[in-house]
Amino acid sequence: MRRAAGILLAVAALTLPFWIANPYFLHVVIMAGIFGVLASSLNLLLGYTGQLSLGHAAFFGIGAYTSALLTLRLEWSFWLALPAAVVAAGIAGWAIGRLALKLRGAYFVLVTISFAGVIALVSINWMDLTNGPLGLPGVPAPELGPWSLRTKTAYYYLVLAAVAFAYEVCRRLVHSRIGRALVALRENEPLAESVGVDGTRYLVLAAVVSAGMAGLAGSLYAHYTRFVSPEVFLFTYTVTMVIMVVAGGKGTLAGPLVGAVLFTVLPEALRAATSWQWQMLAYGAILVVLVFFLPRGIVPAFFR
Amino acid sequence: MTLSVRDLTVRFGGVAALGGVSFDVRAGSITSLIGPNGAGKTTAFNAITGYLRATRGRVSYGDAVLSGLRPCDIARQGVVRTFQKTSVFPALTVVENVLTGLHLRGRAEVWSVLARRRRVREEEAALRAEAEAVVAFVGLAHRRGEIASALPYGEQRLVELAVALAARPSILLLDEPAAGMTSVEKDVIGSLIRNIRDQGITVLLVEHDMRVVMGLSDTVIVLNHGAVIAEGSPATVQSHPDVIRAYLGTTRAEG
Repeated sequence: MRRAAGILLAVAALTLPFWIANPYFLHVVIMAGIFGVLASSLNLLLGYTGQLSLGHAAFFGIGAYTSALLTLRLEWSFWLALPAAVVAAGIAGWAIGRLALKLRGAYFVLVTISFAGVIALVSINWMDLTNGPLGLPGVPAPELGPWSLRTKTAYYYLVLAAVAFAYEVCRRLVHSRIGRALVALRENEPLAESVGVDGTRYLVLAAVVSAGMAGLAGSLYAHYTRFVSPEVFLFTYTVTMVIMVVAGGKGTLAGPLVGAVLFTVLPEALRAATSWQWQMLAYGAILVVLVFFLPRGIVPAFFR
Repeated sequence: MTLSVRDLTVRFGGVAALGGVSFDVRAGSITSLIGPNGAGKTTAFNAITGYLRATRGRVSYGDAVLSGLRPCDIARQGVVRTFQKTSVFPALTVVENVLTGLHLRGRAEVWSVLARRRRVREEEAALRAEAEAVVAFVGLAHRRGEIASALPYGEQRLVELAVALAARPSILLLDEPAAGMTSVEKDVIGSLIRNIRDQGITVLLVEHDMRVVMGLSDTVIVLNHGAVIAEGSPATVQSHPDVIRAYLGTTRAEG
């Protein structure tokens, strides 16, 4: 039953561009995929270790800028810039983790917020590197041998592969002694340490993987929109990620993906359905109702 | 290996919770640490296992110095504790609780986990089998799939014991394992502790229930006001005048 549903879902995902003719719809799906990677990365911290990063947009932005700058200035191939973006964001995650995860909890939240704020200011003011508020236009589309992945259909498959990759990374980690250590720290830290779980070490590890994955999403975003500006550091991105994780079901593998699809499609659907005055109101009302009736999220409520 | 505590002192501000306590826990023994409320038993546990930094003194286990180490490093030395207040991983099932306790038994690191090496999968299967065995040992096989926080109190204490055992201690520090239990449950936990000792695990026990303490212990150490006032076999300690005074107070004739 579960297996059949999985196969059906995989077939649907693989054939989606043939069902959706409208490029605008495909665009929404691609954005949902990029947010799916982002939400999965945040979930690794928020859902499994219980630590809230409110500066996750910083790792996303670092990935976007790294990838854009390497391809624009140094003319690197996208296929090298992508892992470089993951590494750059991962290093940032390591530094923040080392700094803040000794204290954890509220301190970690504050340090991540401040970090995102500082990085955003750097991106605005370091004109020589980032071109400031004007941003970096003309980020090249990825090429695969003789083909350019300029079309939405091609890019859809690239993002789909990234979503599958992120999902698999999370799945393998979660179902291992590493994932159990992360959950143990969330559930009962003194008890976890009494059986030998090194709290700081595992939280930093989670921060590195999480930040690297956010960097991956950043790179995909940069080469999709072909433009990077300080807007990638907006706090709204972080808030959206948190909403996706919490509404979808934190601490579940599928939750962030369900949340990402729902909360990428919802604003677009509302835009089509009502005038702008009512959009945010309806969005907020739906969110409140969702959290009220499904406090643990959509996935835990309907499965298991 | 002997756990040796030398001149262990813990001060909270001006108050000395422990004022220079020294004792040894002989390998293979069941040793109890008793004393009236506020005598410093739990403080001693916390200081030995790294949850509290001692003001002065030294704790060592065999050749390893434990003072100054973090709790997770102390666990790595084979010194594992339980907590006075029930302490489980609440949202996890009984088996998952124990599986988490097996953390140090696993070797898999992040790269081999991500690459899903065959060695990692074999280790995972071995750990799961071991977790089931530990769950069966404490007599919770029939509860294996239930969420730990939903179990009755007495069984949660058994989960806690199973988690600690999963860490394969060579010395186990139990903080009031029988507190709040019915007398039947106390007998169960008593025979479990004896079984644990028979497997070669040294046990250091903090316990209020004198029937449990006197029935189990090879050695009893009595603390009062942060100092050791008596030490010896249960019989010796029970008839020690200082111990009687500490527990029952002084009579006018003695005072």
